[in-house]
Amino acid sequence: MTTHAPRFWRCIPQRYSLIGTHCTSCNESFFPPRNICPNCRRGAQLEECKFKGTGTVITYTTIHNATEDFDRLTPYHLAIIELDEGPRITGQIVSAPDGVKIGMRVRPVFRILGKEGERGIIYYGTKFAPIEETCCD
Amino acid sequence: MASGIVSYGVYIPRFRIRLNEISRVWDNGEDISESLRVFEKSVPDVDEDSVTIAVEAARNALMRANLDPKRIGAIYAGSESHPYAVKPTGTIVGEAVCASSAFTAADFEFACKAGTAAIQACLGLVSSGLIDLGIAIGSDVSQGAPGDMLEYTAAAGGAAYVIGREDLAAEIEGFYSFTTDTPDFWRREGMPYPEHGGRFTGEPAYFKHVSSAARGLLKKLGTEPGDYDYAVFHQPNGKFPVRVAAKLGFSREQIEPGLVVPMIGNTYSGSCLIGLAATLDIARPGDRIFVTSFGSGAGSDAFSLRVKEGIDEIRCGAPTVRDYIGKAQYLDYAMYAKHKGKLRI
Repeated sequence: MTTHAPRFWRCIPQRYSLIGTHCTSCNESFFPPRNICPNCRRGAQLEECKFKGTGTVITYTTIHNATEDFDRLTPYHLAIIELDEGPRITGQIVSAPDGVKIGMRVRPVFRILGKEGERGIIYYGTKFAPIEETCCD
Repeated sequence: MASGIVSYGVYIPRFRIRLNEISRVWDNGEDISESLRVFEKSVPDVDEDSVTIAVEAARNALMRANLDPKRIGAIYAGSESHPYAVKPTGTIVGEAVCASSAFTAADFEFACKAGTAAIQACLGLVSSGLIDLGIAIGSDVSQGAPGDMLEYTAAAGGAAYVIGREDLAAEIEGFYSFTTDTPDFWRREGMPYPEHGGRFTGEPAYFKHVSSAARGLLKKLGTEPGDYDYAVFHQPNGKFPVRVAAKLGFSREQIEPGLVVPMIGNTYSGSCLIGLAATLDIARPGDRIFVTSFGSGAGSDAFSLRVKEGIDEIRCGAPTVRDYIGKAQYLDYAMYAKHKGKLRI
């Protein structure tokens, strides 16, 4: 069988823990990680950074007819989320019984992103869920 | 130096199905909910499994006490629903909590008590000074064949415990295990659902092992049920833990805070560990907690805990069991079947 394990493996730090990069010269953060800073070019001082994962929904869509791999998830919400550190990323919104709203605050959750059928590897990674209050709030 | 729990975290999926909705489909003429003393059970989302639950619980445990994941020297994940037959859950958890790569990991399997077996393994490494911190996890997305009695209680959830020697939230004063070859419940390799011995799972399995481990520990430590403020027993349903507690001399008040099965069902490897977490959520420094797990096959691990001052420092650092229980979203049987993958497309 064909496996995408090597490609998936290379992205594990990004997908599991939202590891990106931050340029200390211009203070801009990047996700996915960049090898060069588009602002500072040769003057860039890039360092690895772990994003908190909290952010705000900028826009979203709801998928009712998905490709075969995502059939079981429909209907599901796909959103562009602005992380608190700045970068905008595309992610799925789960655990939102009242639906998704623009401006909604979200946090990261660890979920299955996909599977290579019954026999292949399971892709894990980050999705997003609405921030809710807890007993101590 | 004393060893014990430095921090803990839980995760319970938000979806629930009421038992009367399951019995609406598989009506066998009795009030199942009343006879099992379970009213609803947790159901995983379509993209959740025992790995995602283990990761969420482990992240909550580290967040609660603001612990550096690089200190972790061992990750032992207990479950009877590991998604891979070969590929350890602990490796994925380690990467997802940003542990260093300098840790040992293994997956544990002992039906519903794999999580407490993982705690014992961590305790050995920590107490001997071989590692700084170890994470023991019990998580499951347990399976019950459609219409089988197991389907009424087989739920999803998990708990993670960080075991160490410093800044303890609860000292583990001692443990005692009792293990025999008792075929009360099993799942053969490659089979999707477990089988069980019906009533045989009661007296010769659950009650014999839980009672023997509990009495063994009380005798070893020279304590009595009255010396404890709280007690937690494995919760396959709402009747067994109440009955075994009474049989051993523990009161209803002692077990009440940790009795979560009526609201979330049997979370298997997470069961008594979530019950312990619910008890720690309200315990005060100086309180003593008696915990006994049970795993079919069969065995029990009993623990004696003394809550330390550290509990107040970490109490609000992560969601409580009640936080998760309070976030319930109900499914009908059709949606439940979709969530559990019972529908083959």
